Amino acid sequence: MTPDDRKYSKEHEWALVDGNVATVGITQFATESLGDVVFVDLPEVGSAIEQFGKFGEIESVKAVSDLFSPVSGTITERNDSTIDDPETVNKSPYGDGWLLKIELSDASQLDDLMAAADYDKLTAEEA
Amino acid sequence: MVPFAGWEMPLNYPGGIISEVKAVRSRAGMFDVSHMARLRFSGPGAVSFLDTILSANIVDMKTGRSKYHVICDEDGGIIDDALVYRIADEECLLVINAGNADEVIGWIKPRLEAHGNVQMFNYTDQVGMIAVQGPEAAAILDKVSETPVSAIKPFRIAEVSVAGAHMRAARTGYTGEDGFEVMPPREALQKVWTAFRDAGVEPCGLGSRDVLRLEAGLMLHGTDITRDNNPYEAGLERFVHITSPGYVAHDALARLRAQGTHRTMVGFKMIGRGIPRHGQAISKSGEAVGIVTSGTHSPTLDANIGMGYVDRRFAAVSTRFEIDVRGRLIEAEVTPLPFYSSRNI
Repeated sequence: MTPDDRKYSKEHEWALVDGNVATVGITQFATESLGDVVFVDLPEVGSAIEQFGKFGEIESVKAVSDLFSPVSGTITERNDSTIDDPETVNKSPYGDGWLLKIELSDASQLDDLMAAADYDKLTAEEA
Repeated sequence: MVPFAGWEMPLNYPGGIISEVKAVRSRAGMFDVSHMARLRFSGPGAVSFLDTILSANIVDMKTGRSKYHVICDEDGGIIDDALVYRIADEECLLVINAGNADEVIGWIKPRLEAHGNVQMFNYTDQVGMIAVQGPEAAAILDKVSETPVSAIKPFRIAEVSVAGAHMRAARTGYTGEDGFEVMPPREALQKVWTAFRDAGVEPCGLGSRDVLRLEAGLMLHGTDITRDNNPYEAGLERFVHITSPGYVAHDALARLRAQGTHRTMVGFKMIGRGIPRHGQAISKSGEAVGIVTSGTHSPTLDANIGMGYVDRRFAAVSTRFEIDVRGRLIEAEVTPLPFYSSRNI
C-alpha cells in the first residue's frame, strides 16, 4: 500500500510534511525497480536543494539512479543509516529508509506533487 | 526479464541478486545457460583442427577433460573465450558465448573447409545447459542423479543420468565455486531444472552471475576482453599454448609476447565511497593511466571491486590510483586476483 499521508513526485520520491519540514525518501516502486540497494550518496546537512533538482545518487547491484528532490529548501537532517546500511532503503522505503529532512522554502510547491492514488495510477502505467 | 544476445533472460529471480550470490557461496544456486552456443566437432583430424584455432593444446589432453582457453584471430585479438571438452578420441565440444556465436562460427567455417573430414555441428537448440554451482552442488546432484556425479573431478566431463534423462555433466562453471554444468536434451530441460529446484538449488539470473564471476576474477568477453585485446595484456597467458602445428595466431601471439604489453589487467578495491563501473577512467595524480572494464558491489567481500587495464607502472599490488565515478575521483587500490576463492575447490 502506498501511504496516503504524504505526496509523491513523478521521479518516485515522496515528501511527508510536518510543520515546515518535509521528510524525503524514495517509493517502494522505485526500490523494487532498482533491486538490492548497495550505495547511497547524500548531500551534507545545511545544503540548499531545489525542487526536482538532483541531490544525490542511489545505486543497486545492477544500476545507478539520480535522486531528485520533491521540494526546495535546506537540509536539516540526513539519514546516515542509509549510507552505512543501504539495504535499509529496500526494507523500509517509507519508514527507516527515509533519506533527508528538508526545511521548506516554499510550501506551495507541494501542490506540484501527487496524492497516493494518483501516484499509484502512474506506476500502474509504468509497470 | 531482459534481452540478452537474442534470448530473453532473467536478470534475477524474486529473491534478488544479493540473495542469489549468497546462495551460491553458501549452498547451491543454478543458472539456465542454455543461451551459450554449443558446437560439436567430429571426424578424423577434429582434434588437430581445433589445435589450429584454439589457444589450448588439445592433442595432448585426455578424453573426458576440458580446458579454458581463448579464440584469437590472426592478429592475436580475442574473438571469444571458451571451454573445450574432449569427449572422444576425435570428438570435442566447444561452448562459446551467445553474443559471439555468429562471429565465432563465421570465423571458423572458412578455416574448417581446409579440413574436409572434420564436421562442425551447432547443437545449441538440441541440448540445454544448466550450471549448478556452490559448495553443496555435488551432494545435491548425487541425490537427483542415478549416477554418482560427485565422482567427476574438476575440469572433467562424463555421461550421467539425472532425473531420468541421459546427458553430459562437466565439473566446470563461472562462479569461482565448485559445481557442474549439465547438458540435458532440450525436452528434459524443464524436468531437470525442477528436480534441482525441488532439491533446494536456488534459481539465479544474469545479475548474480556477473557479480559471482567478477568476485572470482573471471573475464567477461565483450566487457573485459574484446577483439582489441590480446591474451597477454588480459593476464590470460597461462591459457595460451601457441606451438601447436598450424596455429593461426602463432605469429601474432609470438610477436606480442616478445614485445611485451604496456598495459595489463588488474583487480582493485575501492578505498573511498563509490562503485566502479565499466568504461570509467583510471588516473594517477591527474595522469590518465587506465580504464575500468568491470565493477560492482561485492556482497561476499562487502567491498566495491573492479577490474581494468592500467599502465604497467601502476599494476603492482597495493598501488593506489583514482577512479572517475561520474565526476568524482575516488581512490582505489590494486589487489590480487581473484578477489574471492572458494575453500571448496
